[in-house]
Amino acid sequence: MFIRNLSKLALFAIGFILTGCSGGILDPKGQVGVDEKNLIIISTILMLLVVVPVIVLTLYFAWKYRASRDFEIYAPKWAHSTKIEAVVWAIPIVIVVVLGVITWQSTQELDPYKPLEGKGKHMTVEVVSLDWKWLFIYPELGIASVNELAFPTGVPVKYKITSESVMNSFFIPQLGSQIYSMAGMETQIHLIADHPGTYDGYSANYSGEGFTGMQFKAIATPTQADFDAWVEKVRQQGGDLTKAQYSKLAERSENNPVEYFGHVDKGLFHSIVMKYMQDYGEMDYYSKPEDSAHMDHKDHMQHKKHMQMGAGE
Amino acid sequence: MSLFGKLTWDAVPFHVPIVMGTLAVVGLIGLVIAVLMTKHNKWGVFWRDWVTSIDHKRLGIMYIVLALVMLLRGFADAIMMRTQLAVATSGAEGYLPPEHYDQIFTAHGVIMIIFMAMPFMIGLMNIVLPLQIGARDVAFPFMNNLSFWLTTGGAILINLSLGVGEFAKTGWVAYPPLSELGYSPGVGVDYYIWALQISGLGTLLTGVNFLATVFKMRAPGMKLMDMPVFTWACTWANILIAASFPILTAVLAMLTLDRYLGFHFFTNEAGGNAMMYINLFWAWGHPEVYILILPAFGIFSEVISTFTGKRLFGYKSMIYASGAISILGFIVWLHHFFTMGSSANVNAFFGVMTMVIAVPTGVKLFNWLFTMYRGRLHLTPPVLWTLGFMVTFTIGGMTGVLLAIPGADFVLHNSLFLIAHFHNTIIGGAVFGYMAGFAYWFPKAVGFKLDERWGKASFWCWLVGFFVAFMPLYVLGFMGMTRRLNHTDNPDWNMWLYIACGGAVIVMFGILSQIIQLIVSYKNREALDDTTGDPWNGHTLEWSTASPPQYYNFAEIPTVHDIDAWTDMKEKGQAYKKPEVYAPIHMPKNTSAGVLMSAGFTTFCFAMIWHIWWLAAAGFLFGIVVFFKRCYTSDVDYYVMPAEIEEIEQAHIDSNKGGINA
Repeated sequence: MFIRNLSKLALFAIGFILTGCSGGILDPKGQVGVDEKNLIIISTILMLLVVVPVIVLTLYFAWKYRASRDFEIYAPKWAHSTKIEAVVWAIPIVIVVVLGVITWQSTQELDPYKPLEGKGKHMTVEVVSLDWKWLFIYPELGIASVNELAFPTGVPVKYKITSESVMNSFFIPQLGSQIYSMAGMETQIHLIADHPGTYDGYSANYSGEGFTGMQFKAIATPTQADFDAWVEKVRQQGGDLTKAQYSKLAERSENNPVEYFGHVDKGLFHSIVMKYMQDYGEMDYYSKPEDSAHMDHKDHMQHKKHMQMGAGE
Repeated sequence: MSLFGKLTWDAVPFHVPIVMGTLAVVGLIGLVIAVLMTKHNKWGVFWRDWVTSIDHKRLGIMYIVLALVMLLRGFADAIMMRTQLAVATSGAEGYLPPEHYDQIFTAHGVIMIIFMAMPFMIGLMNIVLPLQIGARDVAFPFMNNLSFWLTTGGAILINLSLGVGEFAKTGWVAYPPLSELGYSPGVGVDYYIWALQISGLGTLLTGVNFLATVFKMRAPGMKLMDMPVFTWACTWANILIAASFPILTAVLAMLTLDRYLGFHFFTNEAGGNAMMYINLFWAWGHPEVYILILPAFGIFSEVISTFTGKRLFGYKSMIYASGAISILGFIVWLHHFFTMGSSANVNAFFGVMTMVIAVPTGVKLFNWLFTMYRGRLHLTPPVLWTLGFMVTFTIGGMTGVLLAIPGADFVLHNSLFLIAHFHNTIIGGAVFGYMAGFAYWFPKAVGFKLDERWGKASFWCWLVGFFVAFMPLYVLGFMGMTRRLNHTDNPDWNMWLYIACGGAVIVMFGILSQIIQLIVSYKNREALDDTTGDPWNGHTLEWSTASPPQYYNFAEIPTVHDIDAWTDMKEKGQAYKKPEVYAPIHMPKNTSAGVLMSAGFTTFCFAMIWHIWWLAAAGFLFGIVVFFKRCYTSDVDYYVMPAEIEEIEQAHIDSNKGGINA
């Protein structure tokens, strides 16, 4: 009876997952999330090709060769078979080779730093994790918001991410990938929402006492006009976010309500990233190479030269 | 600065009823034990035969007692977390505020890995490994005793943090900058650092000790590729310990310098970089999981081949597979943080390397399968644990490979899917393995078998409880629930959180069954008595000794001609042969140096946590003085004379009603 209930529950669970539970990563609303869901499903099916036979064989052999069935062949000294050994090494190797190829390709394609192909021009949002809330700065619009993020559906967004203090992880499950926010550093991610809606956003990396309340809503507005209306609302309702006001905002607080800022000091995000580097002189923000946190060696050397020049001024 | 540093009466959480209640119960149990021991005049025996013992078998038993006590503590934390999350749904706050809850999940992780799994594994290794290679003890018996007491010192510190001060609120990985002074000014992280540091030293010494043992002390005739498969698995684990624990020691030392002397290894300020900590931590942390699992693999191999009455299929494959896992285990650490922003090539490399580990692991599973093939499988509790493992671990391995794909990890990282995965491998792999080993070697260590009915009850509760507790966590991970949340507000999640809590309760019945099993077995110990020393018709040398073995293990060191040395001896009629004459046996003497040194160093750690500098100096000095005194003691060994051996062996033979020497 118990076993039957259990299997019912398992069936229910599987059915529930396959029909797409609302709100999770199996119910993606953007291209990145869709690709990642497909990757999970394909890899799982591939692995089940070995996993299911192993489980079935385990139970079958345990049943077939149990001691009470003494009419079965008994071969106590049989301990080696080159053929079987070759097969048992070959099967996992084949699966892992296939999975390895999938991994290599999907990792290149889903690189969070890569702009989304064929989706047009990216909008930029600068994300700062504070204790314990999220600050979203729109550098192109000169506005900012706390614990509410908005963007038009169908417009790819480039997120530049840093932290004021401890490490967090910027994560909107239904849109796909997450990435850490770290103080003194900038990480990046590119996401898009292909369907309008309001999605839950979290910090996926524990950051202390107020961590649980560090959640936000990500609003994919149906049209550009709706987004413009949201921007207008922020401009109307929000005050200024100067560096001084930012320091106040950065103080510890929990379960923050949504807050808007109609005007943000230019270069605020950069000054947050660079705040631990002030001893090394101010840096010229606007000539900074793109994707600096992720540059290759050549760029890095150029960048270094640039910094040294900046420091010498 | 006051005489007691930062320590004041405020450090005791009088206002937290859960803590005070726990302390009262623990104090009461301690008092009852103390009274009983005084009444039965057991303190002398306890000191002479246990505390100061350098006998690997007794140390092994003490390690396992420590592990079981810590299992209770760690499980209490677990069930509190599950009930909190089952209560704190739909916006409710639950009964554990973050201040308390964050300490619980940190303590749960540290205790289960460092103070439950590690001592359990090391305990089994202590009892079995020297017997399997035909040795009289380990290479450095005094150091073995010291290792145990250093580990216990760490366990005492972490449990002390419950009543004196607080424990870390950082998660068991203690990532900076959260674990730095600026964000964690309390003593919690200091407890974490010093508890891990002192027990880590104990573990490192154990690793070195057992490596020396297997390389230098094997019975004549036993080549490396003749060693029993459990001994081999432990040897790989010990190589990992020797190679990886120094990394932990170093990274914790750097964090200590940051916190105590204002260094900037991992701070945000002055060029510090937390990413270095995270890399170093996992450069230890990933090999650590193989340190836990490889000996469990060894146990499954022993259990399957014993209870099918067959040789292990593919012995060499098994050894090479363990070796491959050990080496690969060192080049996969970055998969713990694909989301830190490494380039696609770096992530892809570490992802693929991680998957490659699935190959030797898969081979092992097939080899266990083919060991059952054409065997005679007796479904005893150790076999049930093994079969449960094979089914459960296969699923855990699959979800592990899924997490190794960076593109999948980007959405599964730090979610409850991850929690489900590593519990799936650590419970379904390591813990099931230790339980199998516990039931399998219990008669060898103690002298009587465990009651099978309660053993089976325990297994089924654990297995069903595990699935009910952790499968919902996979689902919740897919639904986007991240880890370490204190409360939730998503009605879709509620049902799964309730089910998971129910699973934890079922596991609790499993643990209760184990406690009952121990009591019942003790009561029926005469019926369950193992008179032969070989209750399962075993293959390896530990079964050639009495149960429990004589303190010198072997009256005469056997000569080995086969991997299954004991089976070989039985088949050739060389088993149970009494030699013509006994030679004197060289044995180490018990010593109190280990426990005293550990007392000194544990005091040092406690004083460092609370900034009681004079006490730190005193504790450290005491430990060092005892150490030097021990170094210059020459009275450390003695000989067991043939007459005494003759008497002990004859008594053993006489006590055997069954056919020994017949």
